[in-house]
Amino acid sequence: MSSEAHAHAEETLALREQFDTAEQQKDASTLGMWIFLITEIMFFGGMFAAYTIYRSAYPTVFAVASSSLNVTIGAINTCVLLLSSFTMVMAVRAGQMGKRNMIIIFLILTLIFGCIFLGVKAYEWNEKYVEHHMPGQAAFHLEGTPLQGPAKIFFSLYFAMTGLHALHMVVGVGILLTLIVQTRAKKFSAEYFTPIDISGLYWHFVDVIWIFLFPLLYLIDRHLPK
Amino acid sequence: MQLPLFPEQASTISTEVDHLLYFLVAVSVFFTLLIFLAIFYFAIKYRRRSENEIPEHVHTGLTLEIVWTVIPFGLTMIMFTWGASIFFKESRPPDDSMQIYVVGKQWMWKLQHMEGQREINELHIPVGRPVRLTMTSEDVIHSFFVPAFRTKQDVVPGRYTTTWFEATKPGKYHLFCAEYCGTNHSGMIGWVYAMEPQDYQQWLSGAPKGTLSQAGAKLFEDLACSNCHKPDGSGRCPSLVGVFGSTVKLAGGGTVKADEAYIRESILSPAAKVVSGYEPLMPTFQGQVTEEGVVDLIAYIKTLAEKPAEQPSQPGIAASAASTATNR
Amino acid sequence: MTTAVLQERTHYLNNGYGLKSWLLTKDHKRIAVLYFITISIFFALGGVFASLIRLELVTPAGDLVSSETYNKLFTMHGVIMVFFFLIPSVPATMGNFFLPMMIGARDLAFPKINLLSWYLLIAGGGFAIFAMMAGGVDTGWTFYTPYSTTYSNTYVIATALGIFIAGFSSILTGLNFIVTVHRMRAPGMTWFKMPLFVWANYATGVIQVLGTPVIAVTLVLVFCERVFHIGIFDPALGGDPVLFQHLFWFYSHPAVYIMVLPAMGVISELVSTFSRKPIFGYPFVAFSSVAIAVIGFLVWGHHLFVSGQSLYAGLVFSFLSYFVAIPSAIKVFNWTATLYKGSISYATPMLYAFGFIGLFTIGGLTGLFVAALGIDVHVTDTYFVIAHFHYVMVGGTVMAYLGGVHYWWPKMTGRMYPEGWAKLSALFIFVGFNLTFFPQFILGYLGMPRRYHAYPPEFQVLHVASTAGATVLAVGYILPAIYLAWSLRYGPVAGSNPWGATGLEWATPSPPPTHNFDRIPVVTHEAYDYTAVPQEVEVV
Repeated sequence: MSSEAHAHAEETLALREQFDTAEQQKDASTLGMWIFLITEIMFFGGMFAAYTIYRSAYPTVFAVASSSLNVTIGAINTCVLLLSSFTMVMAVRAGQMGKRNMIIIFLILTLIFGCIFLGVKAYEWNEKYVEHHMPGQAAFHLEGTPLQGPAKIFFSLYFAMTGLHALHMVVGVGILLTLIVQTRAKKFSAEYFTPIDISGLYWHFVDVIWIFLFPLLYLIDRHLPK
Repeated sequence: MQLPLFPEQASTISTEVDHLLYFLVAVSVFFTLLIFLAIFYFAIKYRRRSENEIPEHVHTGLTLEIVWTVIPFGLTMIMFTWGASIFFKESRPPDDSMQIYVVGKQWMWKLQHMEGQREINELHIPVGRPVRLTMTSEDVIHSFFVPAFRTKQDVVPGRYTTTWFEATKPGKYHLFCAEYCGTNHSGMIGWVYAMEPQDYQQWLSGAPKGTLSQAGAKLFEDLACSNCHKPDGSGRCPSLVGVFGSTVKLAGGGTVKADEAYIRESILSPAAKVVSGYEPLMPTFQGQVTEEGVVDLIAYIKTLAEKPAEQPSQPGIAASAASTATNR
Repeated sequence: MTTAVLQERTHYLNNGYGLKSWLLTKDHKRIAVLYFITISIFFALGGVFASLIRLELVTPAGDLVSSETYNKLFTMHGVIMVFFFLIPSVPATMGNFFLPMMIGARDLAFPKINLLSWYLLIAGGGFAIFAMMAGGVDTGWTFYTPYSTTYSNTYVIATALGIFIAGFSSILTGLNFIVTVHRMRAPGMTWFKMPLFVWANYATGVIQVLGTPVIAVTLVLVFCERVFHIGIFDPALGGDPVLFQHLFWFYSHPAVYIMVLPAMGVISELVSTFSRKPIFGYPFVAFSSVAIAVIGFLVWGHHLFVSGQSLYAGLVFSFLSYFVAIPSAIKVFNWTATLYKGSISYATPMLYAFGFIGLFTIGGLTGLFVAALGIDVHVTDTYFVIAHFHYVMVGGTVMAYLGGVHYWWPKMTGRMYPEGWAKLSALFIFVGFNLTFFPQFILGYLGMPRRYHAYPPEFQVLHVASTAGATVLAVGYILPAIYLAWSLRYGPVAGSNPWGATGLEWATPSPPPTHNFDRIPVVTHEAYDYTAVPQEVEVV
């Protein structure tokens, strides 16, 4: 009986001792990541719910506050992130084919794009700080609206949502670094590249969150009457 | 030794609530007994008689499953409808209700009658007349709870909530804060005195003071509101005559009903909903006027809805107070 | 079988003795034991707080502790019991131990993540305990804003952080269970052959995964508001304090089902084993777990009937709340019907199961009271609500938890507990529980508000009765701690299947070997088929 034989066999990365087949293990890992991503959706969902409620309560303030964000930089960052998703896909593809050098190249490219995104984000945050748009600053002031309270709410949500997103990016960068080291150590092969695969899922998810954040935070004043 | 087992019934709604309670208790006792007796009966009748016995197989009955799904569901729908109908009544104060304003703060209740009486942790009301409470909080969430009236409503900072009751029996009833509000939460208690109408009238006349709207009129001058809100509409801000209860057109489209919540919002954050045709010039009065002051102002603006504004009686004092208000 | 046999055979308990072999273990059974020890400590701690609360309430004047202290006591009682005992209770201990065994798996799908979730609970608990040592927290376990964000000057942030971290422990456990049930079932173990305990834990996993992140983000917002004074919840800055309640209860109402669903799963196992019958209406009981998990997400607004939410929101939430009552009723009826023509044993676990069904019936029926709008207006935030949810959480979950602990004790430890003492303590708990909490229904309807440090004197008699009951209850809880510890060394050695039960976990020796099954079983029988009870395993 194969399962009995297996119970006493040495465990490998591709086949941990609790699984019967490598395929079962890969399925389990992928399902686990999907469920984790559902959790993440609910996590961001709470923020999106708060955003929706306050935006409908203070539509004009949100539009004014939104227009103070730098759309050009935001759009550039969106492109950078989309590019990083592309290179991530290529890394997974290289993993499927077992080409370690290609994996490393594409992971490093993804890493660079991710870092560019974070750098630009940091620049934007600093800009907000200089403009006194950061809630908690004593000198907080948003021009163009007398309602400073709701303006603070917008920027609180802005910082909370982009901050949470950036935190996920930082975690993603950590994962990429780990993957690069592991690939160099010849851990992955065409038979076993599950970590690259499910990290890809995670990276795309973080990307998709940004695709929602960008219009909601940067572009909402476009369709309001001036 | 006191051992009450049932609260007093002292409002029109309390008997209705209790009737629903009796129904629920009856249903609950029936099902609890059913389950308990069934368990006891089966446990004794079918007790294990030998270590190795294997009981015969009993097939699941679909009919039985349907029966014990549908019957409880029907019962719960009765409960829902009954409970909802009471809630409807509790949520809709009658039009002829007398108005009382309630401000909660850590850890006291401040109550204001339209006639001007202000009470702390005590509320005097007449029996046989619906009383509508309009409530807000200066700090955290409180909850206005009179068990004998079966009434409870959270008192939320930043907005008005309302409830109403009609006392049926003269007496002295507990008033509790039911929403945890900090250190001295259990000290935020008081009494509701339900009185015969003539006693109530006597109590009202006992402490003659200006009415709420008179206090509001004075505040209106003190805060220099009248500089801009001129009764004939010639000022920089809209006239407030006849505004209460009307529908107001807003700048940027849309309308709002000028109720207590709107007037409160317009005083504390004026830029939120600006009247169409006017500039958002008005400064906020957050921090300059207390919740009780807002209530006074609302009471005054309400009287403007009924008759043209009275001329300010002491223009000199009003002007100096206005300058201090703006200089702070 | 003798004690010597227990020691000779290698099983999960004697497979390594060092601290490292426990703290770095990936074995779901050892992790379950770690959880068991951890949450027992939390339960004891929460129990101490509860005792102090009951002592304080003996007199109306509030003269034992100050009001600050009292407020901290009930807050910490709630925080510890809800987040660090009830939520992990059944899933993290018995679920962890038996879910893989019941479906014929060697371990959970992600053993390292399983260990990580234990460490997260420890870390979260560490923050919570730090908050208590440093000076406590006084917001109530519900953290209502703006009190928690602006007015309380206690350790709100540390406590919230503790709950936040413990939340991830819960999420990861749920995730692990879901994946394990989907991907790790033994050959032949179809969904409808799974024990109902597995169904219940699966449904719980769904709630954990979907609900917990929402409380996490809510706590993040509370944290931001407290630290940066932004106005998400503070009305003075344009925020909405009631929004907090919506977000909080969106998680915390389903969390009630996180606490009670696995307990219902335990009861299904107990009722079946000790009446030697398959659960009456198995598919109905299985699907009712899933129904509870789904509908449970739609009823949070019934905590806000008097919060000032709109009249129509109140109507909708009341209506939906009655829907969630039906699956629970179906379970109770089916358990009772299972007894019909059974072979009923009065072993201690079954006594707990009887206790559960009775108390949960009362807890559930009083849920109908608080779901009725007209009545809830009167009883919400009073002792009626306290009594209601203690009947569900303590009368329900804790009874099932203890029942499960006794039921699986021989499997987990290889030893039997002393039956006489166990029956006595079950009796103490049942009687003590009712004495403690039944008077609180009356108190609540009389109008005694919850979280009151001092109260009007006419409520004293009922409070004294409640405290008297609590002392009986306390004895009932202390007894098992003593005799279970005693049985570890002196209890009679249990066979592999002392109850004649049907689950796959009884097909392994007691205690089970590290990888559960030498040979992965092939499942051919339906669940609870008493013509195919696993035979005593001969140990060589």
